[in-house]
Amino acid sequence: MSVKTLKIDGKEIAIEEGATLLQAAKEAGIRIPTLCHLDGITDIGACRLCLVEIAGINRLLPACVTEVSEGMDVQTNTPKLKEYRKMIIEMLFAEGNHVCAVCVANGNCELQDLAIEMGMDHSRFPYRFPERDVDVSHDEFGIDHNRCVLCTRCVRVCDEIEGAHVWDVGFRGAAAKVITGLNQPWGTVDACTSCGKCVEACPTGAIFRKGATVGEMDRDRSKLDFIVTARELKQWTR
Amino acid sequence: MSKTVVIDPVTRIEGHAKISIFLDDAGEVDDARFHVVEFRGFEKFCEGRPMSEMAGITARICGICPVSHLLASAKTGDKILAVKIPPAADKLRRMMNLAQITQSHALSFFHLSSPDFLLGWDSDPATRNVFGLIAADAELARKGIRLRQFGQQIIEWLGARKIHAAWAVPGGVRSPLSEEGRTWIRDRLPESRNTIEIALNLFKAMLDNLTTEVQAFGNFPSLYMGLVGKNGEWEHYDGHLRFVDSQGNVVADGLKEDNYKDFIGEAVETWSYLKFPYYKDLGYPDGIYRVGPLARLNVCDYIGTPAADKELLEFRDRAGGKAANSSFFYHYARLVEILAAIEKIEQLVEDPDVVSSRVRADAGVNNLEAVGVSEAPRGTLFHHYQVDENGLIQKVNLIIATGQNNLAMNKTVAQIAKHYIHGNEIPEGMLNRVEAGIRAFDPCLSCSTHAVGQMPLHIELIAADGTVVNEVYRQ
Repeated sequence: MSVKTLKIDGKEIAIEEGATLLQAAKEAGIRIPTLCHLDGITDIGACRLCLVEIAGINRLLPACVTEVSEGMDVQTNTPKLKEYRKMIIEMLFAEGNHVCAVCVANGNCELQDLAIEMGMDHSRFPYRFPERDVDVSHDEFGIDHNRCVLCTRCVRVCDEIEGAHVWDVGFRGAAAKVITGLNQPWGTVDACTSCGKCVEACPTGAIFRKGATVGEMDRDRSKLDFIVTARELKQWTR
Repeated sequence: MSKTVVIDPVTRIEGHAKISIFLDDAGEVDDARFHVVEFRGFEKFCEGRPMSEMAGITARICGICPVSHLLASAKTGDKILAVKIPPAADKLRRMMNLAQITQSHALSFFHLSSPDFLLGWDSDPATRNVFGLIAADAELARKGIRLRQFGQQIIEWLGARKIHAAWAVPGGVRSPLSEEGRTWIRDRLPESRNTIEIALNLFKAMLDNLTTEVQAFGNFPSLYMGLVGKNGEWEHYDGHLRFVDSQGNVVADGLKEDNYKDFIGEAVETWSYLKFPYYKDLGYPDGIYRVGPLARLNVCDYIGTPAADKELLEFRDRAGGKAANSSFFYHYARLVEILAAIEKIEQLVEDPDVVSSRVRADAGVNNLEAVGVSEAPRGTLFHHYQVDENGLIQKVNLIIATGQNNLAMNKTVAQIAKHYIHGNEIPEGMLNRVEAGIRAFDPCLSCSTHAVGQMPLHIELIAADGTVVNEVYRQ
């Protein structure tokens, strides 16, 4: 396998062909903010938080789905990128109904962490206050669409790791939402194995364990890593 | 050219009120209205939320008494789950409510009301606040602030934060008291006990010189409602509801919160966003009743702790009967209740259950409708939820203590106005006394940050033909 050499934030990096910029940056110890990315499942470039600047290309490209190529000169943390990332987070907050104060994921939320990291103290965009519902028909879990950012981690984790494919994205544009069993109440979907991988994968308080109260939804993401990598790493117990 | 723009109602804020005083043809005060001009809509936007989140959401109603909503909501949640919570959870919730009563009453007495008694009703409003108190008697102010801190800190030991701890949950509580917290509470108890004894002695000594205030500040017969325990003892968390009349005679006893609609009606007036609850048997507005510290001392047979019981006897002696009818006695009742709370915390902190780890029962949705009740510092608080089979809230009704005192507060304002206003002029000092009359009830609208020394007030004097003859603003 051939190796590509490139520069990220001025740092010389050599990495195997086919790797993404996100992987290369990670290997070089450079952190690029992400939201829809989850180790072990396919990347789709949905959230655009990992946008980077590449010399000679006049548009920004998402690091999670851009493959490395020879001689690339990549910038990950320019003022322009910082401003765009902050704007993306502001738009996510304005788009749904995110009320951290009473959210089950308060203190354990990737969206909240990103807002803090980006220095967001308010949204410049008018809040949409969409009318969205909550489905708690499942015995163990619930989904609150008010808090969903459409990262589709649940869709991918259910399809690619559990193999159940309960989740999909239904409807279009502003009405798009994640759905279970082709838009049936979650509790009625036979395909669901109640494995809870979507609960562990959700970055916000959208998918939660039923009965959870404010700030009680802490997630164990290493469990997902373990499921994906244990065989390869020959870790038979956790 | 100068111009005055009046914004009324001022919405989505906490702590704004308007008062209208109506004059008759002779120019004497005919009636007065205390308008609450804020609308928040909690009952509406809770619809569709999972029942388990309600305690956390409704606690956000108030930054002073979030614990009250937390407990009333958790108790409603217990009933929806149809569980009996572990004994340890019951005791821990009680401890938090006692801490809440202590801190809220200490705030009302030391920070908000004592400047009136200690610095004088007619003293300069610029210094008639907790800062003036610090200047006048730094030691007393310090003690008061530390007493409030004592209550707040217990709340933090239990719920991990002083304000809006989402610690009580349907089925119990999230965590017990730590040994570290237990030691802290033990260490601070003697100082807190000492402070409340000093405050009680100070207040009682002043009371002899405040006969006008005792007479004019909402002194009228009414019913009183509050929770009492199995044997008629003072209650703040569980038990049953009791109504007594102005003589202290029991009008209704053994009432369950589940049937609150049978005995409490809620009237609506076009001029206020605050509803007017009344005792149904007597109709509206004759069914006027008061809740809160004064009512709790009036409805109970005894308190159940030695020092507080001794104070209760003296309280009744000074009130001249089993029931105290002057709203000014709310202040007095608050101090007696702090003493009771501290004595009860003394007992609870030694109970082995408070550090037990068995604190939470788990269950699904087993009832589709439930009513929970608890005593907030300001009075009896009801939460009434209807849920669907998955536990999503369909309907919410909250009956708040301040609402139940609405009729009484209106009557108090009218009484003070009649006493101090004659003719078209609003005399200087009237505003202070109206404020103080309202403040005796410690209504939740004074909870805003504006309440350091003053509430934003707008008073209109309205002649018999409806014209506004005078108005006074205080921002």
